[in-house]
Amino acid sequence: MSSKTSLKNSVIDWSSTIDMIDNVRIDELGVKERTSSLATRSIKRDSKLEGLMKIVSMCDLTTLEGEDTEGKIAQMSSKAMTPDPSDADVPNAAAVCVYPSLVSTAKNIVRDSNVKVASVSSYFPSGQAPLESKIVDTQFAINEGADEIDIVINRKAFFEGDFRKVYDEIVSLKEICGDIHLKTILEVGELETYENIKKASLIALSAGSDFIKTSTGKISSGASREACLVMARAVREFADSGYGVKGIKVAGGIRDSKDAIRYLVIINEELGAGWLTPEYFRFGASSLLDDVLKQIKKLKTNSYQSSYYFPRG
Amino acid sequence: MNNWEYSESIESEKIVNIEKKYGNFIDGKFVTPKSKQYIDTISPSTEKILSSISIGNQQDVDYAVASAKEGLKKWSKTNPSERAKYLFKLARLIQERSREFAVLESLDGGKPIKESRDFDLPQVAQNFFYYAGWADKLDISWGNEQYKPYGVVGQIIPWNFPLLMLSWKVAPALATGNTVVLKPAETTPLTALLFAELCEEVGLPDGVFNLVTGDGSTGSHLVNHKDIKKIAFTGSTGVGKYIQKSLAGRDVGLTLELGGKAANIVYSDAALDEAVEGVVNGIFFNQGHVCCAGSRLLVQEDIEEKFIKKLEKRMQTLNVGNPLDKNTDVGAINSKDQLDKIEKLVNEGVADGGDLFQIECELPKNGFWFKPSLFTSVQANYKIATEEIFGPVLTTLTFRTPEEAVEIANNTEYGLSAGIWTEKGSKILWTADRLEAGVIWANTFNKFDPASPFGGYKESGFGREGGRHGLLSYLKVSS
Repeated sequence: MSSKTSLKNSVIDWSSTIDMIDNVRIDELGVKERTSSLATRSIKRDSKLEGLMKIVSMCDLTTLEGEDTEGKIAQMSSKAMTPDPSDADVPNAAAVCVYPSLVSTAKNIVRDSNVKVASVSSYFPSGQAPLESKIVDTQFAINEGADEIDIVINRKAFFEGDFRKVYDEIVSLKEICGDIHLKTILEVGELETYENIKKASLIALSAGSDFIKTSTGKISSGASREACLVMARAVREFADSGYGVKGIKVAGGIRDSKDAIRYLVIINEELGAGWLTPEYFRFGASSLLDDVLKQIKKLKTNSYQSSYYFPRG
Repeated sequence: MNNWEYSESIESEKIVNIEKKYGNFIDGKFVTPKSKQYIDTISPSTEKILSSISIGNQQDVDYAVASAKEGLKKWSKTNPSERAKYLFKLARLIQERSREFAVLESLDGGKPIKESRDFDLPQVAQNFFYYAGWADKLDISWGNEQYKPYGVVGQIIPWNFPLLMLSWKVAPALATGNTVVLKPAETTPLTALLFAELCEEVGLPDGVFNLVTGDGSTGSHLVNHKDIKKIAFTGSTGVGKYIQKSLAGRDVGLTLELGGKAANIVYSDAALDEAVEGVVNGIFFNQGHVCCAGSRLLVQEDIEEKFIKKLEKRMQTLNVGNPLDKNTDVGAINSKDQLDKIEKLVNEGVADGGDLFQIECELPKNGFWFKPSLFTSVQANYKIATEEIFGPVLTTLTFRTPEEAVEIANNTEYGLSAGIWTEKGSKILWTADRLEAGVIWANTFNKFDPASPFGGYKESGFGREGGRHGLLSYLKVSS
């Protein structure tokens, strides 16, 4: 993990990328079997509390709705800074994730904290727009003060077989991001096969993404543990090739602690505990945090508390 | 380095109730052994004494065989659908008490609870369900040929999958109308003894299932008993040969399921991450105490370096320790004897010139343990490349072409199982056609199904267990 920072922002050239994606071989049953075997890990007591605390610190509290207002964003941002005011051990969330038009609102609230503001862009969630528009969209979010940018890959190009276009677009967007953290959403529910997920992961990583992210949360099929496993292996391959250490964000449909812990186990065993920090692993979620807070309370006090003991996000 | 260690998550031992001392189960009840000789059965993970079991002598075996002979009178006249009912009842009871059985199996044998819970016990119940279903369909299974049961069957089972091997043998034997005298391994008798309790509970007629515990001498009495009509043995090739010699010249049926040194062939066009998982599962499952273990890794030379790197990294994540911890991947070696044998072979491998990689991990102070190990730079003439180690030790050999892979794979006295890893379907078929092995897995390993026959080629034995073929091991052509 020592060389991680120096390599972090480098873009891997197209011909090396082609080499990697041409060699993608995945056995579907093998992936499922490994995932379900990891799901039998029994995480109890200290390791559970430690895991839950990590999850809080890895949360990108998210709202991406047409009905989002400044009031709603203020409330969520405040919660991200102090998820459980009654317990000083509980860390802040990693970030809040909002639409570009609400970035400055969020930024104003979290300004003096460790909480980052992430903005979706590039015509999230479909990505069906010309690159010029995606650049404008992204530039606006950056200008508003976003610390992190969550873009979507061009699935149209991907399914048309134009992998180069998928790559080039990400390279262009990373260019305007500079040091700003770029997370690239694959939308695994649309890619469907593990082979596609692995290919898209490698393309996104090569093109300079700091993170690859499973889903937009805007289609019915969100993150899956199997997709996370495949993405973790892409990240591992990338790191083992000396191309740099990248992160993963799982988002879409992760609602309870038990499920979230299973994702941690996958990362822990496939990539190693070095990845279990907000720098390299995130959860994009809206309702997960409350369940995690309840579980933390339960572990500490031995009683399960109602939602109204925790502030709204 | 950041770390996230899993806290202990121990399956409670409280669920099992182990007697201080066990007798034999003969004629429908537990009886005091005539031998009056006992031996301790210990937990290999702690060396704690769990119980005392009897070493059956000639008189004990005589009593058990006589009881089975008597039991046969009733059992052979029992309506097949009635026989099925008993087997279904046993299957359901095993399911109901599976946690108890699983804990007992892990305590007595050292295997991880996640394996006894998620693999052994579900398989055991499935075997009873499967053969229960056959009991009343035997007469329509083979056209005009008529088959009848052997009669009194002697069954000798090993210590690696104690209850599972019991189910592989007892379920088809009873379904086909035989009666049984079973001898479990002396290091792992406890689940068989609990099974005997279930036979009592379901009211299986007296003498249909008999159990005599003991060591090799007890097994020898059983094999040489004049009223035994069939012997089914699972264990080492050495003992298998001894049994076959003993039975030569007698009209006694025999099936043998013996050793193995299976090749797990990884072609360079395999899905490598999944192949790594399969190779790990193939050799470290049940501490490598598996007759069909993929103990020889045959990897195509052009990917050897990459593959071994991945494999070593993956091996390092294996949790070795308390078998009752739900997060344990590799448990205890079954006995001191077995540990000595593994250590001896591994030392020889190093002396021969093999490169040994062992994972870094802390082993418990008490009990018998061996670190998951991988040999590279191995030549085909090293002992570790030819002899069955029966432990968590993988030996790597390389090949250049499919022809060569097949040649190396078949270059062994054994022929129980094999694995093939490639994304190319035609290559799977080409390779499988040429491998001399009873079971061949493609892009997976250690998959079992009661409906699928299992057994070996060459010195791995003969006869099949499982499926319709498994019935034939307990039936002979009617005169």
